[in-house]
Amino acid sequence: MSLNQLTIAEARDALRKGDATSVEITEACIAAIDGADALNAYCAKTPEIALEQAKAADARIRAGDAPAMCGIPVGVKDLFCTKGVTSQAASNILAGFRPEYESTVTQNLWDAGAVMLGKLGMDEFAMGSTTESSCYGPVVNPWKVDDRKRAPGGSSGGSAAAVSADLCLAATATDTGGSIRQPAAFTGTVGIKPTYGRVSRWGVIAYASSLDQAGPITKSVRDAAIMLGTMASVDAKDSTSADIPVPDFEAALTGDIRGKRIGIPREYRVEGMSDELAKFWDDGAAMLKDAGAEIVDISLPHAKYALPAYYVIAPAEASSNLARYDGVRYGHRAHLAAGDGIVEMYEKTRAEGFGPEVQRRVMIGTYVLSAGFYDAYYNRARKVRALIKRDFEQVFAAGIDAILAPATPTSALELGALNDASPVEMYLNDVFTVTLNLAGLPGVSVPVGLDGKGLPMGLQLIGRPWEEGDLLNQALVLERAAGFTHKPAKWW
Amino acid sequence: MSIDIDTARKVAHLARIKVAEEDLARLAEQLSGILTFMEQLNEVDVEGIEPMTSVTPMRLKRRADVVTDGGYPEKILSNAPDAREGFFAVPKVVE
Repeated sequence: MSLNQLTIAEARDALRKGDATSVEITEACIAAIDGADALNAYCAKTPEIALEQAKAADARIRAGDAPAMCGIPVGVKDLFCTKGVTSQAASNILAGFRPEYESTVTQNLWDAGAVMLGKLGMDEFAMGSTTESSCYGPVVNPWKVDDRKRAPGGSSGGSAAAVSADLCLAATATDTGGSIRQPAAFTGTVGIKPTYGRVSRWGVIAYASSLDQAGPITKSVRDAAIMLGTMASVDAKDSTSADIPVPDFEAALTGDIRGKRIGIPREYRVEGMSDELAKFWDDGAAMLKDAGAEIVDISLPHAKYALPAYYVIAPAEASSNLARYDGVRYGHRAHLAAGDGIVEMYEKTRAEGFGPEVQRRVMIGTYVLSAGFYDAYYNRARKVRALIKRDFEQVFAAGIDAILAPATPTSALELGALNDASPVEMYLNDVFTVTLNLAGLPGVSVPVGLDGKGLPMGLQLIGRPWEEGDLLNQALVLERAAGFTHKPAKWW
Repeated sequence: MSIDIDTARKVAHLARIKVAEEDLARLAEQLSGILTFMEQLNEVDVEGIEPMTSVTPMRLKRRADVVTDGGYPEKILSNAPDAREGFFAVPKVVE
């Protein structure tokens, strides 16, 4: 086993015992990254920064001052602003952008001694389920069962692919409608989207501010607990950061879920669900039951409206957030013709800089917010959102501790599979994940097995607000019972 | 709700995205498809429901209205496509 294959927990213990140094682990990751260009997971490599940070981490470990993430090499989704290092949200409109500041999440990681290996590919502005809308080209899923290349999921596809292929020990990611959990499920990794407000959004390039939340993609549930604990903080720079202290999530991992009540939402058993997926779901419930949990049939009556509500609210917020890309302060500016004024500059810059899906979402958002349609679409969607959230509140008030559901309708799709799909067909990928973004709840995706094609499948646990510790403990039980230890066979 | 070519042109302009005349028909078709999908929301009885404004019931943080940051124009301008003499430069605006 080489050092880049370690989990965070294994590396932490090895570093503290002196069995390995951060420089050695970092060098192993850099070598793995350099041998994996075929995956296109990294859009920017920062080996010099990594080795410098690793040396500093080793000094800190020797001095006995070593937080859990100290010396751990990680990848960073391109959505996070990193000082002096290109941060483009995988968009041409931010071509060449090098922030003068550091996002709170990455600063928390560096303060804890973590090591930055580089920036990871994603869908442009986090809008997509495949990474195919990235200006750097698609990331390729390390899982390959025939001659076809598969998508790693999205939008955090680079993060998931890099973790799955051992090109880092873990990675930062973000989730607006499923962008942590879906790629984690597609790559056999663990991904947690925390409660809205748990992790600061400051310095994370905004897509839909009331839905965006950062979290880790990792190789194990324990690693997710460790890394989330470092990413999370109460931050005065994010007005929606909650004044709730960050607990020790790892300490919650007791493996004991006796007496917990796990809900199975009947509305998630959607029409056309494959027998295979239904069986993974049933088996997952049986595993939790065997561990002493009580399985309860529940109803979330408004769940079927989550997808249309999401595709009103997220584009509306995106159209507002992305108004800042105007060719004035940063990024791309179109070449102007003689006589072009400022409006032509805006229109040409945005037409050249934004890809087709981003353009569509900005325009849909503009439409639903425009005079005469605001009430019919946007306000109605926000009312439906309130009902979706109320469904969950009623279930939790009735004593349910967590909800078990599929993470994705299928295993990883081939790259290009959605080329001829309409936008709406593409959006159906998010059917199991968007609901909890609307409600602000935490959710974790755990790999539970391989499907008939030999590709990983994940299940999703949805928790009570601010109870990520409990949620991760349930995820740990599921992880242990499922015993998923598969890794993609190296072909790259 | 279906979007015609004129509406698509208007939305593109409101969004400040240049769309070529020959691409408007396809854009109108795609936007109409998305809006039709959204129309499922009309099935929901939202009578008496307040629109959701925040995920957690908390008041947005407030602070005194004072300057807390700044004093580094060169950093602010460092990524600008065109910056001159301490300012962002844009085409002439006459209104």
